[in-house]
Amino acid sequence: MIEIDNVSKSFGDQIVLRDISAQFHPGKVNFIIGRSGSGKSVLTKCTVGLLEPDQGHVTYDGRNFTEMNRRGRKAVRQEIGMLFQGSALFDSMTVAENVMFPLRMFSDATEAEMRDRAAFCLERVELTHATDKFPSELSGGMQKRVGIARAIAMNPKYLFCDEPNSGLDPQTAIVIDNLIGDLTREFNMTTVVVSHDMNSVMEASDFIHFVHQGQIAWHGPTSEILTAKSEALNEFIFASKIMRELRKTVS
Amino acid sequence: MGLFFHIGRYASFMGSVLRRPEQGAVFRKLLVEEMNAIGLQSLGIVALLSVFMGAVICIQTAHQIGGWIPVYTIGFTVRQTMILEFSPTLIPVILAGKVGSNIASQLGTMRVTEQIDALEIMGVNSAGYLVLPKMIAALTCIPFLVILSMALGIGAGMWVGVSTGVSSAADFEYGMQIDFNAFDVTYALIKTCVFALIISSVSAYHGYFTSGGALEVGRSSTKAVVYAVVIVMVANLLLTQMLLG
Repeated sequence: MIEIDNVSKSFGDQIVLRDISAQFHPGKVNFIIGRSGSGKSVLTKCTVGLLEPDQGHVTYDGRNFTEMNRRGRKAVRQEIGMLFQGSALFDSMTVAENVMFPLRMFSDATEAEMRDRAAFCLERVELTHATDKFPSELSGGMQKRVGIARAIAMNPKYLFCDEPNSGLDPQTAIVIDNLIGDLTREFNMTTVVVSHDMNSVMEASDFIHFVHQGQIAWHGPTSEILTAKSEALNEFIFASKIMRELRKTVS
Repeated sequence: MGLFFHIGRYASFMGSVLRRPEQGAVFRKLLVEEMNAIGLQSLGIVALLSVFMGAVICIQTAHQIGGWIPVYTIGFTVRQTMILEFSPTLIPVILAGKVGSNIASQLGTMRVTEQIDALEIMGVNSAGYLVLPKMIAALTCIPFLVILSMALGIGAGMWVGVSTGVSSAADFEYGMQIDFNAFDVTYALIKTCVFALIISSVSAYHGYFTSGGALEVGRSSTKAVVYAVVIVMVANLLLTQMLLG
């Protein structure tokens, strides 16, 4: 389980996170949702240590990540996989080399074992045919899938996905959503997805944290989101016509 | 942001860069790639500039010496100019433009496309992984380029001097050998090594801390070259005073 305790973060005079606490459950897809600029990406970056919180701390299965030294953090980070918004694949490496990269850096596996693992991960995301291609030769959806394959290469306990569906068509987005959900259950990972895409939220989430003005304005299981009493949340999720129709159907 | 902020951040950055590499095999592979990019791929421009500069120094010196200045002065001047200043200072300045902008734009692009964040998330010391091979490659390749530049410049000067008739081969050779002080070459190589570190590290610093998008990558690249050249010039003055003063 990942626990965030009273985390605050400011940039100059601008307060982005205000005393946020949250828990992300193992074996579940935990969504962080909110409007653009609400602080959800900053919350994720504080959680994985790309930004340092001004106060509060983050724990991974009871290990206080915020107060760890460099070596301790490195050990925890090897248990983390992350899919970035723009995929963040290494341009100079082929798809297979990208997936093998964390293994090459942090495992004692032989070349053959690394290739086998990369092949397994790429098979899981249905990209075995793209092994020798470079990222620039792939579509956005394929890049995301390679990003997922790289993220799971080290068999992580924690998977973070930052806007996994941004820039994708609805069908490809569903493929990515389902893939994230399936992998979470298959590898029993604690998965945290940052998104503002309500289709994704309804498709793939188990638990939801709604960030509004730097605070968690609502959290709970996905089954309760459509009947939630939070005004800010309702404004967010029922902004589109299709969601308003869905609310009518539910009520 | 203030000068002291940058000095502090640069020192901290260098602290991360100079850590032991995580995987020796990966480091060696990257080092070879960087030696190719920084060294081999700069051979052409270094050779071209050195040949023309040596030739021009020869003609200019011949033009300026009067009847009472011996002809062997041409060989002496070409040698001293190439060894003391042109090769160890101007070649690194040119490489600051070629190699420095390349390093800054590569790292800047990796920063804005979150590739550096991806390395950090994996637990990789991104500064060390990306920058240390570049610095070592610069430190090993640029001195060789400078030695090559000295040889080519002096050779081209001699060839032009003899072929245009301003000096005989014997006079030029005599001038090349007269009052030769081996420490001049040592001085040149010390300067070169310092400049190589400045070019690679300052460029890497600007690229690594890029934020924003394509526009900022371009700005970082320009800043990297400008700052590297300015710092090289200041270091040139200080080192010259320390070593020759």
